[in-house]
Amino acid sequence: MARFKGIIEVDTKRCKGCNLCVVACPLKLIELSPLVNRNGYNYAVQTDPEKCNGCSSCGIMCPDGCITVYRTKE
Amino acid sequence: MQKDNDILLLKGNEAIAHAAIRYGYDGFFGYPITPQSEILETLALLKPWETTGMVVLQSESEVASINMIYAGGGSGKCVLTSSSSVGVSLMQEVIPYMAICEVPGLIVSVQRGGPGLGTIQPSQSDYRQATCGGGNGDYRTIVLAPCSVQESCDMVGLAKELMMKWRTPVIILSDGSIGQMMEKCILPPYTPRRTDEEIRRQCPWATNGLGLKDRKPNVMTSLELDQALMEKRNRELQKKYARIQQEEVRAEHYHTEDAETLIVAFGSAARISMGAIDNLRQQGHKVGLLRPVTLWPFPEKEILELASRMKRIVVVELNEGQMLRDVQWASQFRCPIEFIGHSGGVIITPDEISRKISEMGKL
Amino acid sequence: MDEKTIKSPQNIVYQKPRLMNDTPMHYCPGCGHSIVHKLVAEILDEMGIEEKTIGVCPVGCAVFAYRYLDIDWIEAAHGRAPACASALKRLWPEHLVFTYQGDGDLACIGTGETIQTLNRGENITVIFINNAIYGMTGGQMAPTTLMGMKTSTCPYGRQADLHGFPLKISDIAATLEGTCYVTRQAVNTVGNIARAKKAIRQAFENSLQGRGSSLVEIVSTCSAGWKMTPVQSNQWLTENMLPYYPLGDLKNIKD
Repeated sequence: MARFKGIIEVDTKRCKGCNLCVVACPLKLIELSPLVNRNGYNYAVQTDPEKCNGCSSCGIMCPDGCITVYRTKE
Repeated sequence: MQKDNDILLLKGNEAIAHAAIRYGYDGFFGYPITPQSEILETLALLKPWETTGMVVLQSESEVASINMIYAGGGSGKCVLTSSSSVGVSLMQEVIPYMAICEVPGLIVSVQRGGPGLGTIQPSQSDYRQATCGGGNGDYRTIVLAPCSVQESCDMVGLAKELMMKWRTPVIILSDGSIGQMMEKCILPPYTPRRTDEEIRRQCPWATNGLGLKDRKPNVMTSLELDQALMEKRNRELQKKYARIQQEEVRAEHYHTEDAETLIVAFGSAARISMGAIDNLRQQGHKVGLLRPVTLWPFPEKEILELASRMKRIVVVELNEGQMLRDVQWASQFRCPIEFIGHSGGVIITPDEISRKISEMGKL
Repeated sequence: MDEKTIKSPQNIVYQKPRLMNDTPMHYCPGCGHSIVHKLVAEILDEMGIEEKTIGVCPVGCAVFAYRYLDIDWIEAAHGRAPACASALKRLWPEHLVFTYQGDGDLACIGTGETIQTLNRGENITVIFINNAIYGMTGGQMAPTTLMGMKTSTCPYGRQADLHGFPLKISDIAATLEGTCYVTRQAVNTVGNIARAKKAIRQAFENSLQGRGSSLVEIVSTCSAGWKMTPVQSNQWLTENMLPYYPLGDLKNIKD
C-alpha cells in the first residue's frame, strides 16, 4: 500500500494561536510556537513533518484558513 | 397589454398601484393599514406577476416592508412600498440605511391623523417626519406631494426617475383624502421592466452578483468603524443633497402674478386652498397660491422672492403648523405670516379659509 | 522526498478557499464563525455560483462577513436579514440568496421576520450560528443561553423566573409548512465540520431548486463570551450545548 507523505504550511502572520489544529491533528504533529507573530499570537508550527500524511484535519479545522496542506504518494 | 383602458375612474391609492405596474417597477412590498390598503389590494387584483413580472408581496410588518425595498433597491431593482403614518414611523428604522447606502426606493406615505394610532381621517401631520428625515443621522429624502389622483399616478413615474438618478429613497407624501377620492386618471403607457443586462449596466454598484468575475464584490453597508470615514461618507451625501436642492425643486403657482396675499399649501390643503382663492377673488381679494410639489428640496428661493412682494403669507396645512416653520425660514419674515390649519383628521373647508383670510383685514 | 518537492501546487489537498480573501478576520481565535465562513466560501466555489449569489449579513459578530467572502452582500438591520432575503429571492428567482445570522439577530430581535419568512417558504437558506450568547456586544444573555449559564446580563446564571427559557428556534421552524430542510450541526470536530458542509450544500441546492426554506443551525462556541480557551469551549459545547441542542436533521423533505 502506497504511503502518503504530507506537509503543511502555516500562514504565521494570520494565525491566531487558537490551538484547534493542535488538537485536531490525529498524529499530534502540531504545536504552538514559543515565538509570537506581530499580533502577539503564538502561531502553529509542524513539529515532525516526516510523519505527516497530509490528512488535512488541521486545515479543515483552522478557522482562519491559515493552513495549506500538501500531499503526495511516497 | 395595450388594450387595457388607459383612462379610468380611480382612487388615488388605486392610481398608484396601476402606475407602479405601468412604469415598470420590479416589486411592491407592503403591509395593510388604513387609509392606503387599496394599493396592495389593487396590485393583488391586477396580478402583475403574470404580465410584467412585477413581484407583489404582503409583508409581515412595515419593518419588513422597508427592509425588503432596501434589499431590492440595493440589488438594483426598482421597488416600492406604501404605508400610513404609524406604519411609516416603523419604517424609519431602515430609511437611513437606504439614504447612506444610496439605495433607490419609493415609499408612499398616505397620511392619517396622529400622533400615535390617531385617526384614519386625512392629515398632513407627517410633513416633518418625511422632510426632516424621521430616522437617525444626517440624511434627507426627496419628498413629492401630490394634490390629485392624476398627480399621484404621475409621481410614481417621477419618483422612479429621481430615485434612480440620485440613488436615494423618495417619499410620495399623499394623504387619506388624495388616496381615497376618485377622479379621472389617464394612465401612462407600459414601460417594460429592465432586463438583467440593463440592470448590470445601469447599476454597477448593485449587490446582485452579476458580472462578479470581472469586478470587485459590491456591498451595501452603513457600518463604518472609522469615524473619519463615516464623516467622509456623510460629507459626500451632503454634496449630493446640495445638488438635489439646486436641480430638483418643483412648485406650482396659482394666481400669484397680481397677488397681495399668498397662500402656501401642499397636497390636499393646496387643493382646498384653490377653492378658497376662487371665492376670495370673486370678492375682490387678490389672493394667490404657491404649492410646493417637492417638499424636500423645498422651494425656498421662490418663497423668498414672493415674500418680498406680498403683503401677507398665509400657510394652510392639515396639521398644527409644520411646513409653517420652513415658510417662515425661507421668507426671512419679509412679510407677516399667518397660519390656518386643522389636525387629527379634521379637514379644512374652502369657506373657512376664505372667511379667515377676509377677517385678517387689509394690510 | 524533500520539502520543496512536496510543496508544489499540484500537491495541494487543502487551502483557504478562493472566495475567502486575505483580510484578517476580526473573530476571536478559534471562533466557529470563521469555520462556517470558510465552508460557505468552499461550497459557493464548488457550485460555481458566485455570480448569482447574494448574501445577507446580520448585526452581531458576523456583521463584517462581507469583508471576508468575495461575493455581493447586503448588510441588513438587526434581525431583518430574512425580510431582505425574501425580497431578493423574489426579485432574483434564479439566484442563491442566503442569510447568515446569529442567535440574537435571528431568534430574538428578528424572530418575527425569521418565522414569517420560513413560513412563507421563501426559497432561501438561513444559516444560523447559535453560540448561546451575544458576542459582538460583549457577552450578554441570548434567547438561546442555557439554564444556569452565566453571562454579563445574567451574572448569577440564567433562571426561568427572571429570564425565561432557552429558545429552540429550529424545532419551531421544523413545524412550519414552508420549510423543507431544518438541520442542526456543529463545527467542533473535523467530522462535524464535514457534516455541516454537506448540510449547507444541501440547503443551497434546495434554495436553487425552489424546494422551500432551509434552515441550518450551527451550534457554535464563543470562547471570549464563555471565558474559556477555544479548546475548552469545544469541550464545553459537547458537554453542555449538545444535550440541549442535539445534532441532526429535524426535517428533511426530499421531493
